[in-house]
Amino acid sequence: MATQTITSEQNKNVWGGGNEPFGASYGKLMMWFFLLSDALTFSGFLTAYGLIRFRFSDVWPVPESVFTHFPGLEGDHPLLYVALMTFILIMSSVTMVLAVNAGHHMKKDKVTLWLLLTIVGGFIFLGSQAWEWYHFIKGEHGSVKVENHVYYIADENGHRVSLAQLVHGIEHAHHGDHHEKFTDSQVISAFLANKDMRLKDPGKVGKTYSRSESESLIKKSSVVQGANLKENEYGHTLFANFFFFITGFHGFHVFSGVVINIVIFANVLLGTYERRGHYEMVEKVGLYWHFVDLVWVFVFTFFYLV
Amino acid sequence: MANDVLTPEVAHHTEHHHHKETFWTKYVFSMDHKMIARQFLITGIVMGTIGMLMSILFRLQLAWPEQPFPILKFFLGKWASEGVMDPSMYLALVTIHGTIMVFFVLTAGLSGTFSNLLIPLQIGARDMASGFLNMLSYWFFFASSLVMVISLFVPDGPAAAGWTVYPPLSALPQAMPGSGTGMTLWLVSMTLFIVSSLLGGINYIVTVLNMRTKGMSMTRLPLTIWAFFVTAILGVLSFPVLLSAALLLLFDRSLGTSFYLSDIMIQGEVLSNTGGSPILYEHLFWFLGHPEVYIILLPALGITSEVISTMSRKPIFGYRAMVGSILAIAFLSFIVWGHHMFVTGMNPFLGSVFTFTTLLIAIPSAVKAFNYLTTLWKGNLQFSPAMLFSIGLVSTFITGGLTGIILGNSALDINVHDTYFVVAHFHIVMGLSAIFGMFAGIYHWFPKLFTRMMNRKLGYWHFWLTFISAYGVFFPMHFLGMSGLPRRYYTNTAFPMFDNLADINVVISVFAIAGGIAQLIFFYNFIYSAFRGPKAPQNPWKSNTLEWTTPVEHIHGNWPGEIPTVHRWAYDYSKPGAPEDFVPQTVPLSDEEKNTFHN
Repeated sequence: MATQTITSEQNKNVWGGGNEPFGASYGKLMMWFFLLSDALTFSGFLTAYGLIRFRFSDVWPVPESVFTHFPGLEGDHPLLYVALMTFILIMSSVTMVLAVNAGHHMKKDKVTLWLLLTIVGGFIFLGSQAWEWYHFIKGEHGSVKVENHVYYIADENGHRVSLAQLVHGIEHAHHGDHHEKFTDSQVISAFLANKDMRLKDPGKVGKTYSRSESESLIKKSSVVQGANLKENEYGHTLFANFFFFITGFHGFHVFSGVVINIVIFANVLLGTYERRGHYEMVEKVGLYWHFVDLVWVFVFTFFYLV
Repeated sequence: MANDVLTPEVAHHTEHHHHKETFWTKYVFSMDHKMIARQFLITGIVMGTIGMLMSILFRLQLAWPEQPFPILKFFLGKWASEGVMDPSMYLALVTIHGTIMVFFVLTAGLSGTFSNLLIPLQIGARDMASGFLNMLSYWFFFASSLVMVISLFVPDGPAAAGWTVYPPLSALPQAMPGSGTGMTLWLVSMTLFIVSSLLGGINYIVTVLNMRTKGMSMTRLPLTIWAFFVTAILGVLSFPVLLSAALLLLFDRSLGTSFYLSDIMIQGEVLSNTGGSPILYEHLFWFLGHPEVYIILLPALGITSEVISTMSRKPIFGYRAMVGSILAIAFLSFIVWGHHMFVTGMNPFLGSVFTFTTLLIAIPSAVKAFNYLTTLWKGNLQFSPAMLFSIGLVSTFITGGLTGIILGNSALDINVHDTYFVVAHFHIVMGLSAIFGMFAGIYHWFPKLFTRMMNRKLGYWHFWLTFISAYGVFFPMHFLGMSGLPRRYYTNTAFPMFDNLADINVVISVFAIAGGIAQLIFFYNFIYSAFRGPKAPQNPWKSNTLEWTTPVEHIHGNWPGEIPTVHRWAYDYSKPGAPEDFVPQTVPLSDEEKNTFHN
C-alpha cells in the first residue's frame, strides 16, 4: 500500500499539475507549437506542388538542367550551387547548436562567436538565393511557346539548342554568354531556314517532334526568354510559380530568422542573458533556425533532387 | 506599502499593482485574461448582430422575391435603390453572413471568450502563460473584424464568392463586383484572423500544459478545459493550411500566377493561365474547413458537459469516454475533408474512403450524446437558462447529427449536394449547437464575466423564442432541400417546379425575423444585467470547479492568496455521505474516499 502511494505521487509529479510536464518552459513550448503550425503551412504548399507536378510529370522541367550555374565557373554544373547553399545552411545549424550549448555553460564569448557565424551563414544563404533567382529569371537557352505550351529547340538528335545558337549558328560562342533578346520573326525564320532543327517537349521524357510537326508549330509560336510568374522558358509556368512561391516563402523565413538572430545577438552583446541568468532565448531562436533548415531540406529534396 | 506580512505569493501578486492602471491599460490594452475574454465576447456579439441582420435581409428577398422593402433601402442604399435587393448584394450578404458567423462569432467569439475566461480560472492559474501574446491575439482579431466591416463599405461591395471563396470567382478580380476590393479585404481580414487564432491557440495549449495548479492532473480537468485544449490544437494544426490556401489565392489574384486557374475565358477575353486547379484550393480549404467545424463545436460541447453535470447535480456520465470522444472526433476531423467534395469528380473509391471515415465520427458523437442523456437521467434538474440552452444543444446536436449521416454518404450526398438540405444540416448541427453552447456559457458564467447575475425570466423567454424560431427556420429547409432547391440562388421564382415551395420560404423567413427579435431580449438582459443586475454570490450554481473560489470582483492574478490545491475531479455532485450535494475540487479526499476508486 505504501509503495503504491509513492508511485502514484511520482506520476502526479509529471502530469499532476503544479509543474511543467515536458520539462520545458512555456516559451519553449509555444515555439514548438508555432513550429508545428508553420510546418503545416509548408506542408500545404508542398502538397499543392506535388499534386501539380504529378499532373504534369511528362513535361515538368528537369531541375538538373535548370539550375546549372556556378559563380565563376564556365559550363554546366547541375545542382552544384544549390548543394553548396544547402551545405552552408546546414552548417549554420551546426553553429547554432554550438551557440546554444555555449549558452548552457554561460560562456558569453562563445555564444557571441557562434551566433555571429550563424548570422553570416544565413546571409550567405540569402545572397545565394538571390543569385540563383537572378539566373533563373534571366534564363539561359530560351524557348518558344504555342498557346501556353513551351517547346525547347533541339537538333535532330534531340540535343537542346539555345536561341542564340539557332539565330547565330551552332558554333557561335558558348550559349548563355550573352542575353540578347530575340524577336518572334527572327527565331521563326532561323528555324525554318535550318532543316536540322526540331521542337522538343520539356521534361524527362522530352518527346522530339518531327520536322514537319515542328515547322507547323513554330509558325504559330512566340519567343520565351527567362522565367517569371506568367511564362517560363524551362517549361511549365507552374514550375516557375511554385519555385518563386516556395523558395520565396522559405527565404522569407530565413530572412526573419536572420533578423531575429541579430536582435538576440545584440542582446547577447549587451549582456541581457547574463543578467537574466540563462540563455533560453538563444535556445528558442535556435529551435526556429533548425526548423527553417529542416524545411529547406524538404524543399531541396522535392524541388531539386526528385 | 505598509509593513504588512505578506506570503511570497501575495507579495509577488501585488507587484503587478506598482504601475497604476489607467483606463487604457485596464480596459483597452489589457493583458488580463478576464478582460480579454470580455473583449472577445463583446466583439463577437457585435459581429454576430451584423451577421444575423444580414440573414434577415436576405431572408426577406428569399420569401418575397424582388418585392420592395424600405428596410432594404435603408440598410443597403444603392444596392437596393428601389427597395429591391441587387442580386450581387444578395451573394455578398450570404458570403459575409457565413464568414462572420463561422469565424468571427463561433470561432473567436466562442473559443476566444471562454478559453480566455475559463482556462486560467478552472486550472488554477494566475493568468494565461503569456499575457502579452494574449493581448496581441485579441487585437489581431479586432483588426481582422475591422477590416471585414470596412469591406462592407467599398464601392463594389464586399466579397461575394460564398464563405468558402472558391476560385475562380475569388481569384479573378474582374469575375464579378464582389471579386474586387471586397475580396482582397476579405483575404487581408482572414490573414489577420489566422494570426490571432494562432497566437490564442498556442497560448491556450501551453497554459493548459504548464500552468495547472498542484493536484490538477489531466484527468481532473473539467471537460470544458479538455474541449478548449483540443480545440486549440485543432486550430494550430488546421488554420495554417488555410493560410497556405489564402496565400496561393492572393498570388493568383494579384501577381498573375496560375495555381488555381486554368483555361478561363472571361468577358470575351481568354486568360493565359494554364495548368492550375480550383480543386486544389478546395482540398486545402476543406483540410481546414472540416476541423473548423469542430473548432466551433467542441467548446460548445465542453460548456454543455459542465452545465449539464452541474445543473443535474450529478457526476458527468463517462468522464473518460467524454475525453476519449473529444480526442477521437479531433483526430477523425482531419481525415474526412473529402466529404465536402463528393461532386468534384473525385474517384468513387476515394469517395467511399471519405464516407467511411466520416461515418466513423458518428461513434464518438453518439457517445457524447448518450452521455449527456445519461447524465440528465434521473438528475435533480435545475432549469437555469444555461441548462435550457445546454439541453437545446443536445437536441440540435442529435437532429443535425442524424442528417450528417445522410450527407456523409457519397451516394446520398450527391443527390442533395448544394441544396437547402445541406444548409439545414450544418446550421442545426454546427450553427445552432454552437450558438446554444455560447448562450449557455454566457448565462452560466455571466457572474464570472461581469460579477452580476442575469435575469432568469428574460433568459427563459430568450431560450424558448430562440429555440422555437431556430427550428422553425431550419427544420423546413430539409424539405426544400429534398425537393432539390439549390442554395445560394438569389430567387427561386425562375423555376416553375419550385413554385409550390414558396410558402415554405415565407414560413422560414417569418421564423427568422421572430428569432432576430428574440435576440433583443438577450441584448437587453445582457446590457442591463452587466450594469444593474443583482450582485453575484460567490458560487451561484453550487459548482465544484475552481473559478467559483475566486473573489466575485475581478482581481489581477485571480486569487488574493495562494492558488488552491486540487484534490479531486470536478464532478463530485450528490456524493453520498457528503454534507452538501456538491464537493468542490479543493476539498481533500476523505479517508474513505482514499480507499476507494476515485479520479
